[in-house]
Amino acid sequence: MNNGKRSIFLLSTLAFGIAFLYVPMVLLVIYSFNKSRIVPIWGGFSTKWYGELFRSPEVWDALSLSLKIAAVNACFATILGTLAGLALVRFGRFRGRTLFSGMISAPLVMPEVITGLSLLLLFIWLQDVIGWPSERGFTTITIAHITFSMAYVAVIIQSRLAGMAQDLEEAAQDLGAKPLRVLTDITLPLLAPGMLAGWLLSFTLSLDDLIIASFVTGPGSTTLPILIYSRIRLGLRPDINALATMIILVVAIGVILAGYIMLRQQKQRELDQRMTAE
Amino acid sequence: MSTPAEALLPSEAPFWKRALYWITHLLQTQWRRLVLYVPFAWLLFFFLAPFFFVLKISLAETTIASPPYTPMIEWIDEGVMHVRLVIDNFAYLWEDDLYVNTYLNSIKISSISTILCLLIGYPIAYAIVRSNHTTKHILLMLIILPFWTSFLLRVYAWMGILADQGLINDFIKWLGFEPIRLLYTHTAVYIGIVYTYVPFMILPLYANMEKLDWELLEAAADLGAKPMTTFLTVTLPMTAPGILAGSLLVFIPATGEYVIPDLLGGGNVLMIGRVLYNEFNANIDWPVASAVAIALLLVLVLPMMLYQHVQGKETEGK
Repeated sequence: MNNGKRSIFLLSTLAFGIAFLYVPMVLLVIYSFNKSRIVPIWGGFSTKWYGELFRSPEVWDALSLSLKIAAVNACFATILGTLAGLALVRFGRFRGRTLFSGMISAPLVMPEVITGLSLLLLFIWLQDVIGWPSERGFTTITIAHITFSMAYVAVIIQSRLAGMAQDLEEAAQDLGAKPLRVLTDITLPLLAPGMLAGWLLSFTLSLDDLIIASFVTGPGSTTLPILIYSRIRLGLRPDINALATMIILVVAIGVILAGYIMLRQQKQRELDQRMTAE
Repeated sequence: MSTPAEALLPSEAPFWKRALYWITHLLQTQWRRLVLYVPFAWLLFFFLAPFFFVLKISLAETTIASPPYTPMIEWIDEGVMHVRLVIDNFAYLWEDDLYVNTYLNSIKISSISTILCLLIGYPIAYAIVRSNHTTKHILLMLIILPFWTSFLLRVYAWMGILADQGLINDFIKWLGFEPIRLLYTHTAVYIGIVYTYVPFMILPLYANMEKLDWELLEAAADLGAKPMTTFLTVTLPMTAPGILAGSLLVFIPATGEYVIPDLLGGGNVLMIGRVLYNEFNANIDWPVASAVAIALLLVLVLPMMLYQHVQGKETEGK
C-alpha cells in the first residue's frame, strides 16, 4: 500500500521532470514552422524561416568558424585531458598533485565570466610583450576552449581508469612489457571509448560556449553562439527557432545512430559469449 | 661520454635520422615526465597565471588609454621604481549599495535555485536508480540529452514560453484571468536556472545512489521503522555525498551566471556575472570589472575547495 503510493509519487515526479526538460524544446520546434513573424502568435504553417536561415551568409560563416574551433579543440583537449587523467590516477603521489588536481576540477565549476576575463587579460599582456597573438579570433578562442574542455576529458578518463580492471596491464607487465609499451598497447586501447566520449563532449562544449568566446574573440570572428545571442538579445526571432530545430535534429540523429551502434555491439558481444560458452 | 643516440648511430648519419632517434629516445625514457608536464604546464599558463592579471588590474586605476588601466610599475627617471597599487576599486564595490546588493542577490538566487534543483532532482534520481535495467539507461539518456543541444537555445525557448503573449499567459487568459508579467522577473530567472542546472543535480545524485546498498532500507523497514524515519535516518545520510556534489555543481556556476539573468531577467534582476560582463564590455572599466571578478572568486573559493575535496575523494587514484 505504502509502496504503491510511493511509486506513484516517484513516477509522477519522473514524468514531470522529463516533460519539464523536453516541452520547451518541442515548442521551439513547433514555432519554427510558424508563418507569423511574432513567434508566440500562431499564423499558420510555413517553412519560410528555414529558407531565410539558409540564405543568410552570416549564419554559414559563423557555423563554419564554430565547427573548425570545435574540431581542433576536441583533438587537443582529448590528448591533454587523457595525459592529465593518466597522471592523476596512475602516477601515485607527486609534487604538485594537489595543485594539479585543483586545476583539473576548478574549470568545471568556475563561472565563465571569470575564465573569459582572465584569459583575455593574459592574451592582451602576451600581445603587449611578445606580439602574439597579433589578433584575437580562431586561435585565442580555441586555446580558451581547450583549457576548460581538457578538464572534462580528464574527469572522464579518471573515472574510466579508476573503474578499469588492471589485470590485463599486470599480465603484460609480467610477460616483460616495459611500462611505456603497456601504456600504448594495453591502457590506451582500453581507454579508447572514454577518449571518444571526451572528444565528443569537448566538441559540443566548444560549440555551446558563448561567454568565454565573446571575451576572447576579436572583430570579425563571430562564432555561432555569439551570432545567436546578438539576435535573440533583442527578442524572439523565428529564424532562430528554425536554427534550433536544425540543431535538435542533428543531435537526435547522432544519438539514435550512437544508440543503434551500441546496441549492435552489445548483441555481438552477447553472441560471442554464447559461442564461446558452447 | 657518448649519448645513447650516438652509440646507436654513427655520427655521419644524416641529421634528421639522428633527430628522430633522439626524439624516440626522449619519449622512451622521459615519457612519464611528458605525460605529467604537458597538461600541467598548459593549465599553469592558461588557467592559473591569468588570475594574476585579474588581480593586478583590479589594483590599478582606470585611464583613457589602451589598455585602459594604469601600469602597476612605473620607472621614474634615475631608475626609481614606482609601484602603484590602488584599493579604490574594492572600496568602491564595498561602499556602493548596488554592488553589495547585487552580490547578496546573486547568492540568494543561486541558493534558492540549488534547493529547488535538489527538491526536483532527488526524487528523479531516486526513481531512475530504482527502475529496471533497460528503463534506467533510457532515462539516463533522456537526462543527458539536453546537454548535447545548445544551452543558449534552451534558455531562448523559455523566452517564448514566458513572454507576455507566450504560452503560459495564453493559458491564463484562456482560463479567464488577467495575464501576468513573467518574462524579465525573478521568477523567470529561477525557472531558467532550475531548467538548465537540474541535470547537474540529478547525475551526481544518481552516481551516488547507484552504489548504495538498498537492502539497508528493507532491513530498516523489517525492524519496524516508518518510511519517514527510514528516509531521514538511512537514505538521507547515505546520499549526503551526492547531495553535496550536486548542490555545489549547481550553486557555484549559478552564482556567476550571465546568460540567464540577461535573457530572462533583463534589467530587473541584478546578478554579479551580468554586472562584471557589463562593466567590462559596456563601461570599459577594466579595473572595476577585475575587482568584481576577484570579489566573486572570494565568495566562491570555499565552495570550490569543498567541491575539489568531494571530487578528489571520488576519483582518487587506486
